[in-house]
Amino acid sequence: MLKRYFGKGFSYFMLIFCGLIMVVPFIWMVSTSLKSQTAINKGSVGFIPIEFVNYYVHDGKKELCEIVTEEEDLTVINIYDNDGKTFKESYVKVPTENIKSSKHLKFHWENFKEAFTKVPFGRYFLNTLFVSFSVLIGVLITSCLAAYAFARMRFKGRDFIFYLFISMMMVPQPIYLIPSYFLLTKLGWINTYQALIIPWIANIFSIFLLRQQFKTIPQDLFDAAVIDGCSRFEILWRIVLPISKPILATTAIFTLIGSWNSFMWPLVMTSSDNLRVLQVGLSYFAQEASSSTALLMSASTFSIAPLLILFLFAQRQIISSFISSGLKG
Amino acid sequence: MRTKKSYFPFGYILPAFLIVFAFRLIPIVLSFIISFFKWTIHGPEEFIGLQNYIKLFQDPGFWQSLINTFYLVVFIVPVTLILSLFFANLLNRTKKLSGLFRTTYFIPTVTSLVAISILWKLIFSPHGGLMNHVLGFFSIHGLNWLSEPRGIFTLLFGTIGINIPKAFGGPSLALFAIIIVSIWRSLGYNTIIYLAGLQNIPEVYYEAAEIDGASKWKQFFNITIPLISPTTFYVLLMTTITTFQVFSQVYLMTGPPIGGPLGTTKVIVYYIFDIGFGESQNLSYASAIALVLFFIILGLTMLQKRLEKRVQY
Repeated sequence: MLKRYFGKGFSYFMLIFCGLIMVVPFIWMVSTSLKSQTAINKGSVGFIPIEFVNYYVHDGKKELCEIVTEEEDLTVINIYDNDGKTFKESYVKVPTENIKSSKHLKFHWENFKEAFTKVPFGRYFLNTLFVSFSVLIGVLITSCLAAYAFARMRFKGRDFIFYLFISMMMVPQPIYLIPSYFLLTKLGWINTYQALIIPWIANIFSIFLLRQQFKTIPQDLFDAAVIDGCSRFEILWRIVLPISKPILATTAIFTLIGSWNSFMWPLVMTSSDNLRVLQVGLSYFAQEASSSTALLMSASTFSIAPLLILFLFAQRQIISSFISSGLKG
Repeated sequence: MRTKKSYFPFGYILPAFLIVFAFRLIPIVLSFIISFFKWTIHGPEEFIGLQNYIKLFQDPGFWQSLINTFYLVVFIVPVTLILSLFFANLLNRTKKLSGLFRTTYFIPTVTSLVAISILWKLIFSPHGGLMNHVLGFFSIHGLNWLSEPRGIFTLLFGTIGINIPKAFGGPSLALFAIIIVSIWRSLGYNTIIYLAGLQNIPEVYYEAAEIDGASKWKQFFNITIPLISPTTFYVLLMTTITTFQVFSQVYLMTGPPIGGPLGTTKVIVYYIFDIGFGESQNLSYASAIALVLFFIILGLTMLQKRLEKRVQY
């Protein structure tokens, strides 16, 4: 009995420990994004954005100030105006004993605004949304059609084409990156949206997943539909697709996550600022603003937020999608 | 009833076929051709035969990138397998909160590698990074993580005063940081895959073993491990393939110069990228390296498939 409780306790301890390792970096990211750069530079590493604030206390008044130099009995300060940003008086010499400092919690939400406007992240978001949804629609159309034919039709060369597709699926992206770059250059597609969309609107893995699903649909259903006078396309549209909604959702989720997060391809195929997708924009921002860690963390936070929110809402569906694809692939 | 001839099945495949043909098949065939030519962005210039492949063997940069990539595989694959099976087992035994754990473990998997790399670069920073701050509690100070070219074994044995020959120094600390991030990112995914595998093992086997008086460890090694082996092969294969393709972490975490201290984080895909799109823009040589990578991955896939057949239960 005791051993069993010990075992349970150990399990939970390890699981919680591992869970913390998974989320603590993200919590740290958000907390760093809310600190002021000055606080970070002064060595604030902790999770709570606490800052030391200095006050100049005189004649019963408390005024926010910034210390310029500090000596034993005289301190040079800049006194802030009421807005807390501009100085009312600069380089004032005051007795050190009149300077009081206190800790207080301060969230610098303005970091998000600054990061978002420093480089055109709005544009990057729109680019990513446009590319992702175009790819998504394309993948759904081409995959449904192809999977339907592979699963339910007989024609010459069907299996050959299918195995050709499957063997192509095994080839990782870096291997065809170089020739693709050459090809897209010849097509004049470098620095265009086509380059980000068209090569990705057919996804072999989706075709494979959908084909497996379409194969499980009983033949009776098809026979009945044919008797009722349905055409091939009507059968797909009215019978096959409605009963395959879960697997279509899986395909959609995969495509969306994949294309939202894709990095190497858009990095190579586009160089113009106007065409930067979110991931590429973020990577350039990381190089340009490498010393502004607070802004960098803000940008990282808002760039992962949309997918993370989608994930939290549809986590059951998403996790089971990954599982089903994993076990079938 | 299926004799209505008024349709054209190939029409259904055509859209997908055109895309796959133009943007997968042609590039793959093209990369073979390119690797035998002197080839610029304008097209072929002259046929050079096997020159690129001969150059490859004499190129220390290529060998270094290959060794760095092998370090990644050797560290990431076994650790991922063991840890994910371990956590999947724990998850399988707990009923309460298991949904919450699954969700938290999965978060890194759906997060973009770009954001993750930027975040971890900061975590590993010696100036105000979280990692050194935490290690400080264990009296470990002053690690330079991403700018440390010395091998981890060199560092480890260095602390007790033993000098290790450079060849056995292991991956640099910078590369080790990339290993940590890669394991961290895929752990949740692999744990969930393992969990699904575990849940497919019928409970009766364990009940029977229990009656026979087999200990938990015996049950684990004699029931779980053999019955989970298809999942193990899947995780093994997928982790190996993805590890060979590590790019974003190297591109974003180490540098400038990218490729890490003394090039110790230059992995093969980054090397391809650098040769093809860096200063030299040598598309032809980059294609040759990409093809070598292709054959390494293909070879490993076939090897694992063969092993899988032999270890079938």
